[in-house]
Amino acid sequence: MTDAVAITINVNGETISQTVEPRLSLADFLRAEGLTGTHLGCEHGVCGACTVQVDGRTARGCLTLAIQCNGLEVETIEGATDKGSIVDLQEAFVEHNALQCGFCTPGMLMSVDELLRDNPSPSRDEIRDHLSGNYCRCTGYQSIVDAVEQVARQRAGGAQ
Amino acid sequence: MKPNAFNYVRAKSLDDIFSVFSEHGDEAKILAGGQSLIPTMNMRFAAPDVLIDVSDVDEMKGIQVIDNSLRIGAMSRHVDVLNSADVAEHSPLISMAMPNIAHATIRNRGTFGGSLCHADPASELPACTLALDAKFNIASATGSRTVAAADFIEGTYTTCMSENEVLVSVDVPSSTSDTVAFFDEIARRKGDYAMAGLAAKATVSDGKIANPRLVYFAVGDVALSSPSAEKILSGATITDIDTDAVCDAIASDIEPFDDLTTSGPAKLAMMKVLTRRALNAFSGNGGGS
Ligand SMILES: Cc1cc2nc3c(=O)[nH]c(=O)nc-3n(C[C@H](O)[C@H](O)[C@H](O)COP(=O)(O)OP(=O)(O)OC[C@H]3O[C@@H](n4cnc5c(N)ncnc54)[C@H](O)[C@@H]3O)c2cc1C
Ligand code: FES
Ligand code: FES
Repeated sequence: MTDAVAITINVNGETISQTVEPRLSLADFLRAEGLTGTHLGCEHGVCGACTVQVDGRTARGCLTLAIQCNGLEVETIEGATDKGSIVDLQEAFVEHNALQCGFCTPGMLMSVDELLRDNPSPSRDEIRDHLSGNYCRCTGYQSIVDAVEQVARQRAGGAQ
Repeated sequence: MKPNAFNYVRAKSLDDIFSVFSEHGDEAKILAGGQSLIPTMNMRFAAPDVLIDVSDVDEMKGIQVIDNSLRIGAMSRHVDVLNSADVAEHSPLISMAMPNIAHATIRNRGTFGGSLCHADPASELPACTLALDAKFNIASATGSRTVAAADFIEGTYTTCMSENEVLVSVDVPSSTSDTVAFFDEIARRKGDYAMAGLAAKATVSDGKIANPRLVYFAVGDVALSSPSAEKILSGATITDIDTDAVCDAIASDIEPFDDLTTSGPAKLAMMKVLTRRALNAFSGNGGGS
């Protein structure tokens, strides 16, 4: 008995208009658009694999309905990659082996992007704090924190 | 894990909410930040027919200082409460508690009112609002009422609100200059729900404690105060507190339950640790975390 609803979301700078069921999550909406960099792990808010940005703030793609984003701007890992805004982070992740299977990586990067915008020179504790909602089953986190720390230093114009 | 099908209404005002309630009764549910409701729906523990998105309802938004009190709109996102200079100034206890609520991404969407309405016994805000004697402003189509924090939450995931009511805002009395606030919790990982937590405050002047409040959470169905411990502390000199007696009093008032991860006795031990930290803070030896 539910009514499908027409929505328009600006995704990575492009306007997408679709008719959606209200229960469709933002993550499923994005994946159906071919943007499969947004991963779904737990689907109840715990793992962070589905992290995207809505109007510049990170959000769980699995706990946000597509319909709630009607009229808003969504950025995914594909958009951030195309813009080149996180290329230094992506390089640092590779350099530090901050990813193995890569399942968590898009969500990690979207969270780190937000962190470094809010707090350009975070301490290691602050990095861990901000990433506490992003699970990684492979790396043990140390290398992720190393990569983020290095990029923060680079962006500040420091050595290394 | 996908939710049942439902219809979605984006309310623009309280009246919009009430008209959906009058049409759908208890089949309609308020959607605030969705950070507790959507997980329960994804797991199919809840299957409402209609969700009323209240994120555009102006009456439920904003943080204001009114006379000697802070009015926090129910739709205030956790991140906005965390970053609010007014909250830091008028209610340091709430400011101290906010970083402990979930993770940054959850705080971007989760709301002050949603957390209180969800009434998870391990959540921080019910304990804070109880320690601060906050007042809850509730509205329905037939009028509004104000409820004391002690009466708002009745049990695990249960509040005093009926299905056609909505929490509009919460009034928190402003802190005074001689008030010391303390907040701390013990959790397995940063952002996890606490195994035990304490929201406390007292006024300390001329080295004497007055109006102490010690409210523990994640240890019972609801946030619990310890009247016997508060009685010992009331009027006590900060340099001469019998910490052991205070801890014994807590144990006589509160028998923590076992939950999935932590036994009752372990929780009691944590409550005592937190209490010692709070008493240190009252004596001026550093605040909470
Ligand atoms: C991984 C994870 C970790 C978390 N950790 C913590 C934590 O450590 N501490 C903590 O406190 N919380 C935690 N949360 C929960 C988070 O704080 C939620 O944001 C909060 O509990 C609910 O707020 P919401 O705005 O998302 O409400 P919603 O999920 O939208 O709603 C919750 C319930 O309240 C009702 N409701 C909401 N607003 C109103 C209103 N104004 N009037 C009437 N009814 C209303 C809804 O109908 C629903 O039943 C966590 C969540 C996740 C996913
Ligand atoms: S899939 Fe969204 S948090 Fe795990
Ligand atoms: S790289 Fe495999 S989960 Fe993080």
